[in-house]
Amino acid sequence: MCDTCGCNITSGNNHLIQPGGKLSLVGVGKTSVSVLKNLMSENDHIAEHNRKHFDRHGVLAINLMSSPGSGKTALLEATILQLKDKYRIAVIEGDLETENDAERIRRHGVPAIQITTGSACHLDAHMLHNAVHELSLSELDIVFIENVGNLVCPASFDLGHHLNVTLLSVTEGDDKPAKYPVMFRAADLMLLTKTDLLDVLDDFDTDKAETHLRELASDAPVFELSARRGSGFKSWLAWLVQQVNAQRDRVKDGGSRKPAIQPEGVSEHLHADSIT
Amino acid sequence: MHELSICQSMLNQVGQIAEQHGASSVASITLQIGPLSGVEPALLKQAFPFAAADTIATKAELIIHELPVLIQCNHCGAKHETVANKLVCSQCGDHHTQLLAGDEMILASVELDSVSH
Repeated sequence: MCDTCGCNITSGNNHLIQPGGKLSLVGVGKTSVSVLKNLMSENDHIAEHNRKHFDRHGVLAINLMSSPGSGKTALLEATILQLKDKYRIAVIEGDLETENDAERIRRHGVPAIQITTGSACHLDAHMLHNAVHELSLSELDIVFIENVGNLVCPASFDLGHHLNVTLLSVTEGDDKPAKYPVMFRAADLMLLTKTDLLDVLDDFDTDKAETHLRELASDAPVFELSARRGSGFKSWLAWLVQQVNAQRDRVKDGGSRKPAIQPEGVSEHLHADSIT
Repeated sequence: MHELSICQSMLNQVGQIAEQHGASSVASITLQIGPLSGVEPALLKQAFPFAAADTIATKAELIIHELPVLIQCNHCGAKHETVANKLVCSQCGDHHTQLLAGDEMILASVELDSVSH
């Protein structure tokens, strides 16, 4: 992403905005201002600010996304039980209504901030910013953000986190990555959850789920686990430890990392802010 | 329905541009949207009048150019258009491809009325 103007016109569509291209036309008798800014630049600006907050305190921020009821809170509860002696963890919960999820997390002795979005179907960087200021980041190692349960909207909003983890429970259907490509393409890791139910479900093929993810040109690892049984946690916990260490190394070097939601390196940035 | 909040964000940008150029109103707003942006052009069009009410862009026309998904294979170099959920190379089948286009969510240009300077 371009630091100067936030634009992300991709090289493949450059020709459209060049003089003579079909998007370069100016209406008769009007003044056309070429802008070329990402529609999300306002959100992205605050997201960048949030990420700097996290980085300054060496905190790793992970955004959990999935459909409602795929087991995000159960995953967090089981993860906290396993890691709370090793890392200082906090959780930011996003839901339309209720404090229920935050209360579940707090029972494990971990700080939890509930964001109730009202009618909004996703968290955005501004909501997260307010929640982050309720946390003492200097006393934390990992902040988990449990996004609103929704396979569509949350994928479009950078919150200022470092990694996206997308959950797919085996009760949902193995073709979800094909149906919701924007969401699953944004995943740095895909977790197949509730795998204890695979014994009684004959229509979920874990290999097919992974194939659909690969069809999105994703190399994200795929782990299977069951929070209820506590099975399959070894790979997930090892991945988390690796990511916390990677974040510490990055922070030492003054670096950071953006989640897969904002792929870098494909854009040929254009700068245009002039009256034509 | 995150399109309403995206409209509001867009209109903030448009408002600033109109103010910078001393415009009395905005005639049209042109966007470029790719299928992998996560934004649905039809919903954006529906949300726009609600978001634009009582702003400098109340009467503006929202023009959306829908862009194609274009990938290039890292393995064999083939370049082709495709659909949002098939980003594997159609020539060699490798999934290590680069998205050249298709995730755009761009405010391309704004047409202003009565620029005063």
